[in-house]
Amino acid sequence: MPQPAALFMPEAPLRLMGGRERDSGRIVFPAPAAPAFEPIALSPCGTLWSYTIQRFRPKSPPYAGPEDFTPWALGYVELPGEVIVQARLVDVAFDAIRIGMDLVLTRVALDAQAATPLWLPAFRPAEAAA
Amino acid sequence: MSAAVEIVGIGIHPFGRTEGRSGLEQGVLAVRAALADAGVEWRDIQFAYGGSDAAGNPDSMVSHLGLTGVQFINVRNGCATGGSALFSAQMAIRSGEFELGLALGFDKHPRGAFNALPAEYNLPEWYGEAGYMVTTQFFAAKIMRYMHLHGISRRTLGLVAEKAFANGAHAPHAWRREPVALDTILDAPMVSDPFTKFMFCSPGEGAVALVLASERKARQLGAAPIRLAAATMRTRPPGSFEVFAPSIDIGGGTATATRLASAAAFEAAGIGPAEIAVAQLQDTEAGAEIMHMAENGFCPDGAQEEWLAQGRTRIDGTLPVNTDGGCLACGEPIGASGLRQVYENVVQLRGAGGGRQVPGSPRTAYSHVYGAPGVSAVTILQK
Repeated sequence: MPQPAALFMPEAPLRLMGGRERDSGRIVFPAPAAPAFEPIALSPCGTLWSYTIQRFRPKSPPYAGPEDFTPWALGYVELPGEVIVQARLVDVAFDAIRIGMDLVLTRVALDAQAATPLWLPAFRPAEAAA
Repeated sequence: MSAAVEIVGIGIHPFGRTEGRSGLEQGVLAVRAALADAGVEWRDIQFAYGGSDAAGNPDSMVSHLGLTGVQFINVRNGCATGGSALFSAQMAIRSGEFELGLALGFDKHPRGAFNALPAEYNLPEWYGEAGYMVTTQFFAAKIMRYMHLHGISRRTLGLVAEKAFANGAHAPHAWRREPVALDTILDAPMVSDPFTKFMFCSPGEGAVALVLASERKARQLGAAPIRLAAATMRTRPPGSFEVFAPSIDIGGGTATATRLASAAAFEAAGIGPAEIAVAQLQDTEAGAEIMHMAENGFCPDGAQEEWLAQGRTRIDGTLPVNTDGGCLACGEPIGASGLRQVYENVVQLRGAGGGRQVPGSPRTAYSHVYGAPGVSAVTILQK
């Protein structure tokens, strides 16, 4: 599965690629492939705005995760002064997730067994960041 | 507003699952029931606006009803399909063009959650591969934020569902007609936190038809008419939080299409939320009803916790909400769902609700739908 170009900045360190609308300054994610938006690196630090747990396997297609489903946490993470982005939450027990908790950017493979996995934006608790 | 529009006939095909009967056939039966209720014939109908999301072209029902040459316009506007058909129908009368017509809607969806594909929503393919094209995630994340901000408990979500099934038990057109205990609702398997399986509605089947008439025509028919005091439809404002959103503006999630449609409806009717006696509010899940109580102006954010604890939205409460069990008990055939709410309001204003009748002879009724990608439709009825 080819990695979509528009999720992460092309070079290290790991950063989400947002799009800033040239006229309004409004920031969105992912960056639209349109001249009205300029790509920018989003902050790797944010706070949890809201979340849920996906308890059942989504329908395929379009879902392309492993057949053997394990529930995962999905959050909306507020990057201060920028935008609120949708991303997976990792390295945290479901019952330890709290709105307002400090988070840092990471990434997670949609299917860890895949030869070329699709890497998804994810956040983990800030204190767990080594 | 200019000339008044009255609802003089209502018909419904039971919601749920009807094997061997197409959505369109269900629509035809609803139309015949509405015509009989109004005491008119199909050949008397001058125009129709018909809505369906997934069950075919509504105008093809003329082959069942009769080739009278009637003007028949199809409407397909997501969850606001029924509301849009009703808005258009009342405009046709208000304009003076016609005096008697139909607003109708039907649908028949496959089992299970709605199966959306990214391209239909202008989203990249990876968004669907990641498992994010799941409407329940959005509803869950939206109420999770709302609960955090406004002190709403999971028990309150359970009370919404408990009330829905209790009301549905008294509605002949409802799908789920068995009461479900609060503990059963709260302890059921979690689908998408904080919602258990009893807190979501399911896509389903059903049909509704309404006969609309000018004031003059309604008088001729001699019915006890119900006035359509307002019918509005609005789309989303900037900064709203909608289904399938990879990002949200900072500070977003408060402005909604519902607030716009609601304010416009109250202005058109010339009354306020305190004057509404019964309300049908979009409850695709238990959290939606909670948020929509505030977004439609019926209570401040956070007051729902006390309202539900006190039973204020039950049949015998100060503002009964979703008296037929709403989407939770009736399911959601998209094209028919908004018109079901109006049907139920007419039943209530006629005093014909039986075991679910709101006491005290209600004189005003409110209906509201909301859906992807940020649309809302509201009606206010008066007698």
